[in-house]
Amino acid sequence: MTMPFYVSPEQLMKDRADYARKGIARGRSVVVLGFEGGIAFVAENPSRALHKVSEIYDRLAFAAVGKYNEFENLRVAGVRYADLRGYSYDRIDVTARGLANAYAQTLGTVFTQESKPYEVEIAVAEVGTDADGDQIYRLTYDGSVADEHGFVAMGGASDPITEGLKQRWRPGMTLADALRLAVELLAQDAAGGPSRVLTPAQLEVAVLDRGRPRRKFRRISGPLLDRLLSSEDPTTGVPREDEQTSGRHDTLSQGRHGQHAPTADPEGPEQPGPAQQ
Amino acid sequence: MSLGSGRGPAGAGLPAPFMASGTSSFTEFLGSHAPELLPSGRPLPPGGALEAPHGTTIVTLTFDGGVVMAGDRRATMGNLIANRDMQKVFGADDYSAVGIAGTAGLAIELVKLFQVELEHYEKIEGTLLSLEGKANRLATMIRSNLGMAMQGLAVVPLFAGFDLEGDLGRIFSYDVTGGCYEEHDHHSVGSGSLFARGALKKLWRPGLDATAAIRVAVEALYDAADDDSATGGPDLGRRIWPTLAAVDAQGLRFVPDDQLADVVEQIVSHRRDNPGGAR
Repeated sequence: MTMPFYVSPEQLMKDRADYARKGIARGRSVVVLGFEGGIAFVAENPSRALHKVSEIYDRLAFAAVGKYNEFENLRVAGVRYADLRGYSYDRIDVTARGLANAYAQTLGTVFTQESKPYEVEIAVAEVGTDADGDQIYRLTYDGSVADEHGFVAMGGASDPITEGLKQRWRPGMTLADALRLAVELLAQDAAGGPSRVLTPAQLEVAVLDRGRPRRKFRRISGPLLDRLLSSEDPTTGVPREDEQTSGRHDTLSQGRHGQHAPTADPEGPEQPGPAQQ
Repeated sequence: MSLGSGRGPAGAGLPAPFMASGTSSFTEFLGSHAPELLPSGRPLPPGGALEAPHGTTIVTLTFDGGVVMAGDRRATMGNLIANRDMQKVFGADDYSAVGIAGTAGLAIELVKLFQVELEHYEKIEGTLLSLEGKANRLATMIRSNLGMAMQGLAVVPLFAGFDLEGDLGRIFSYDVTGGCYEEHDHHSVGSGSLFARGALKKLWRPGLDATAAIRVAVEALYDAADDDSATGGPDLGRRIWPTLAAVDAQGLRFVPDDQLADVVEQIVSHRRDNPGGAR
């Protein structure tokens, strides 16, 4: 006669949590942090096509670490959720809180009911009309939600990054300062060794820019990203206007020195000045 | 809307259709999750035609490097003017515009769905649909509306956009059964379209620039309003101008009111003592 195989619920949950945590820690980290003009996303991701940071809706964006197929599934579900809400009610009624709740329910159900938990950690961010209105929610594999203030670091060796952000992140940083801080923290070695060098080509960078009308999500790449990350360059922010090139207008790469330089907004963040010190 | 209720276990978060893979189409997602939100998903009551506001004339023409689309602002219900400042030309996405004639309520719902459809695809796939892809998507939506068209609630759109592969402006027209036809140079739909088409034939030339094309579009609407009571002319008293969108390699923009006011005033003074615009 075989003995029924008994595992206590505590042990079962602990095993699942350990399994998910291990999977998440294997990847590279993502940093989400506020700056004077909105919310910035920095991920170490050499791929140009498989994104860790994406647009969900006008004011909402999504960042994730862990297994790509699992968080991609959640991203698509989030876009559907947001588009359905915006279509049935109004664009203004799509909020990060609603989406974070839906994700939390989904992750929680998968954690307890499926044969394997999702090995993902995600952040949902919403940019407000001012810095007080910004919201960042962090969701873990078991469906727990945390309402974070100012910054979040997830995946990989995120504890030292979180520690660094706690000490050095300040509200109202310029975009260039915020990006340089995030890249420096992403590059540091968790084991205490010398920092790696992260080139712009290894980074996926995006912003939710509160100064834009309607869709506020823009990716940043190319020469503009080089200039933002360089400590010698006076560029501290992104241009308000999209590039006048043909193609999708979701990426900013030229900035103020580009061939179609946008008109500089005297109050805008791209104005070099004492703020960049 | 049935978010998280009734479809799947209670408190299970996003229902199954949200997590299903395979489609990047918002319409198909609605069809599987909330068909009652689709114009074609609602049962039609039996009975004859009912009276609802109708939108009227849309004109569109290509110019060198793009396309413009303009619509008058009038909606009529029988012999009444139901609305004198209705918008009937919409940006579908960054590179295309859609204008509508027919039952206004349904048409606006359809445009809204089409806009979400294009943005949804863009977000999920990370790329823009081709111009033909967009035109065919709109044809599918019109086709699914055939039942309502047979009850007198027809919607006939006109679609124009900038083709990023061919680097030129292109125009697509539709019929109530969802037939999609590419038009060359210029086209017009709606009750005043007969007169607008006549004007376009005489005014359109190859190699127009954007400014000249804007003037031709406004003048064609002026001619349509001259002979069709359901088309609203420019209203100088209330300062109501046609809606006019221009699409080129840089994307879509709506022509601002002060520029339209100048164009309208030029045309009106040009037509003084020359009502037919002979030249």
